Amino acid sequence: MTIIDSFKMATNSLGINRTRSALTILGIVIGITAIMMMMSIGKGAENLILNEIGGLGAETIIIRPGKEPTGPSDLGNTLFSDSLKKRDLEFLKRKENVPELVDVMPAIIVPGSVSFEGETFSPDIFGGSAEFFSQAFGVFPEEGVLFSESDIKGRASVAVIGSKVRTELFGNDSATGKYIRIKDKKFRVVGVLGERGQTSFVNFDRVVIIPYTTAQTYLLGVDYFHEIITKATSPDVVDRTARDIEATLREAHNITDPEKDDFFVVTQQGVVEQIQTILGALTAFLSSVVAIALVVGGIGIMNIMLVSVTERTREIGLRKALGATEKDILVQFLFEAILLTAAGGLVGIILGALLSSGATFVLKQFAGLAWQFVFPVSAMLLGLGVSALVGVVFGIYPARKAAQKSPIEALRYE
Amino acid sequence: MNLIKARNIEKIYSDGTHALHGISFDIKEGEFVTIMGPSGSGKSTLLHIVGFLDTQSVGEYYFNGKSFLDYTPDEVAHIRNQEMGFVFQMFNLLPRATVLENVTLPLIYSSVKGHLRETLARKAIESVDLSHRAEYEAFKLSGGERQRVAIARALVNKPQIIFADEPTGNLDTKSGKAVMEIIERLNEEEGHTIVLITHETHTAQHAQRIIKILDGKVESDEVIGNRYHAREHFAK
Repeated sequence: MTIIDSFKMATNSLGINRTRSALTILGIVIGITAIMMMMSIGKGAENLILNEIGGLGAETIIIRPGKEPTGPSDLGNTLFSDSLKKRDLEFLKRKENVPELVDVMPAIIVPGSVSFEGETFSPDIFGGSAEFFSQAFGVFPEEGVLFSESDIKGRASVAVIGSKVRTELFGNDSATGKYIRIKDKKFRVVGVLGERGQTSFVNFDRVVIIPYTTAQTYLLGVDYFHEIITKATSPDVVDRTARDIEATLREAHNITDPEKDDFFVVTQQGVVEQIQTILGALTAFLSSVVAIALVVGGIGIMNIMLVSVTERTREIGLRKALGATEKDILVQFLFEAILLTAAGGLVGIILGALLSSGATFVLKQFAGLAWQFVFPVSAMLLGLGVSALVGVVFGIYPARKAAQKSPIEALRYE
Repeated sequence: MNLIKARNIEKIYSDGTHALHGISFDIKEGEFVTIMGPSGSGKSTLLHIVGFLDTQSVGEYYFNGKSFLDYTPDEVAHIRNQEMGFVFQMFNLLPRATVLENVTLPLIYSSVKGHLRETLARKAIESVDLSHRAEYEAFKLSGGERQRVAIARALVNKPQIIFADEPTGNLDTKSGKAVMEIIERLNEEEGHTIVLITHETHTAQHAQRIIKILDGKVESDEVIGNRYHAREHFAK
């Protein structure tokens, strides 16, 4: 008996009970579909996040006030800390403190909305340096100019706005030179950024950038920064520069015990690792759920195969009388089980790919994310392998039972 | 040479039933022997033992000079496949498979190559006059046709011996005669040894020799004088 014979025999007997075969593999289909979706969407999410972080540049180092958050409850602590001040900028800018730092920009986050002649819009308002933003994120004015260092020094009431902010407030009209209102203070629009979309957790189409000095003094009335964004000379020196920054700020803040730091430094590498850890943990959790689904599916297959062996007792006896060896019968029934699970795996792979590309479409269209569909080849191979393995593991017992039937008992069976 | 040699065979089933009480006989190559007896006499048990489908509890049984115990299970399967053909009362065809597929089945378990299988199977089907039904699914055939398919399946590997267990038991008289005619021809023209089991006297009369079994013992073992030939009967 050849493999082709076994294959034909298995397809023939499964074909006789189509409905039953289809229902039997449902558990496996669901399990493999879940694997595919999990891997595809997980990989898509990872790519999306990493791409956005990549947009920020690997040489970027961010300093935030407060203690490094280890859980969601620590986030508030970060937002309300006031430990980063103007003095720190001067310390950081000194070459002898942090030799490989090229640029430093403090950032202020201003809650609120902007309005122009009765039109109101709620953008993301940042106090910072328009030039730094432009260079760090590669966004350039499509209309007008960026405000300059002297505007920052002079606490000028000027703003650079994103393309979406312009259309919301001005429609198709030009925006430069017009005055918009933020918290009852007028700002002159000097430039409009080109369309850019979502990058690095910021949608540049929805931003309003004003000098950080102006934001501190006239809008929030504070003397601290929400974060300080810095750039190292190259990605290779990021780790060393981050350590230099820590040492400098500790000295500035008179801290001797690193445990008592009132700031923390975030590098892109660190963020990437954090995200990968979170996604990894999530995947591991989902995997265990899927594993349970597959075991349940496998038991379903074993159950049906046992019923099938009993139903076909006469057939087994006949085959033995005609010269089938125990191995022939074992292979036949094992093949049926594997064919069932492999078919389930195949359907699951197709279904999983379709569903995750559908989910990708929805996320792209309705959530506006730059989400890319990923066909997880590794998940496909894993799915096929796992489903075949489930077939072997749960098919072997019924197949052995069939093979060990005595031909006489089997032929007599009514 | 004796193809079959049985000595003092007893069979006691695990539930305590004592089916055979010491049976002895020989069957020569080329013989056509009927084992006859009422139901419950143990004749089917005997056929299973001589057909290597079951083993005796006591006594000795040799097929071609060798005992069941001389073979591994795989070798026994090979002998059933190559040297023995079985025809059952209930036909035992695969109902959803075609006639051709049913007849091909023993060839799948032997080492016959794919392209040769169909040729051999079609030849066997032709020899039972069912070529026109080759592509039919077995469940669509009449009882007589099914039994002829079973015979084609039994002889497709050209076995030395064919065991037929009540082959006409489920057939009407006319189909039964057609089946018996084929079995007779296999014995006379192809030289197959035939061991037939029946409780019907007129079916038994086709053989050269009748072994009568009663209550698990040989009651009589004699060569028949007035042999009944199906074809002669048809001619009349």
